[in-house]
Amino acid sequence: MKARVHVMLKNGVLDPQGEAVRHALGSLGFDGVEGVRQGKVIELDLTETDADKANAAVTAMCEKLLANTVIESYSVEIS
Amino acid sequence: MHAAVIVFPGSNCDRDMAVAFERAGAKVSMVWHKDTQMPSDVDIIGVPGGFSFGDYLRCGAIAANSPICKSVISHANKGGYVLGICNGFQVLTETGLLPGVLLRNSGLKYVCKAIELKVENTETAFTSGYGHNSAITIPIAHHDGNYFADDATLDQLEGENRVAFRYVDNPNGSARDIAGILSENRRVLGMMPHPERMAEPLHGNSEGKAMFDSLVGQLANA
Repeated sequence: MKARVHVMLKNGVLDPQGEAVRHALGSLGFDGVEGVRQGKVIELDLTETDADKANAAVTAMCEKLLANTVIESYSVEIS
Repeated sequence: MHAAVIVFPGSNCDRDMAVAFERAGAKVSMVWHKDTQMPSDVDIIGVPGGFSFGDYLRCGAIAANSPICKSVISHANKGGYVLGICNGFQVLTETGLLPGVLLRNSGLKYVCKAIELKVENTETAFTSGYGHNSAITIPIAHHDGNYFADDATLDQLEGENRVAFRYVDNPNGSARDIAGILSENRRVLGMMPHPERMAEPLHGNSEGKAMFDSLVGQLANA
């Protein structure tokens, strides 16, 4: 199975990189962008064939390593 | 007094830290990240600066899950001393030994310069060589030194007098100008500035030296 993990900074945590992208878009003439948040996508190839077990395993990976839950939230898609 | 300095792939302040401990009179062992045990008589573990594992994923995240870090955590949980500088501070927050996290600098730039710090807590083995509220000048060199924690955690750190150092002129956006924090038992210190890089006259000044002298003096007598 494949898993796709989205990791985003939580609301309320300043995202200086997102802000820099927002400024750059404005200076390129793209108006109307009120906010930019930058995150990451992590794709995993798994040997697990059961979707529920895969989901549980990847959630554990997020808690342990893939996300820092002090500042980041994550979501897991299994396919 | 026996200090262990951990070496990760990408550490680059490990030898500076070892020299600072040695010049203060400590015996120093370098410990590789794949080792699983510390030398048995270690008094303090140094987690050095650098770019462990290329800062992949998040600064310090991979190092915090390396085999040796289990020993660092158990050493700290037994009341042992740990000093994390720069990337070492990032590693300690990732292990959970210290609260909060170091975000990208608010100015988005790598900042490398000598800065002024105020020593806020001098009642620790790390800082007893400094005068209360004294200002010292030592360098910073980081891209991700913007200390962040939620307000409740920041209030708690301040309420428990666990802010060891504050920036006089905040270089990176750190919450409440925090440059270094202590664990609850004051035996784990994480700081972004580099005392080991201002530890002898040839460095420009020796204002970082008092930390290593203080540690060696206090832990040798312990």
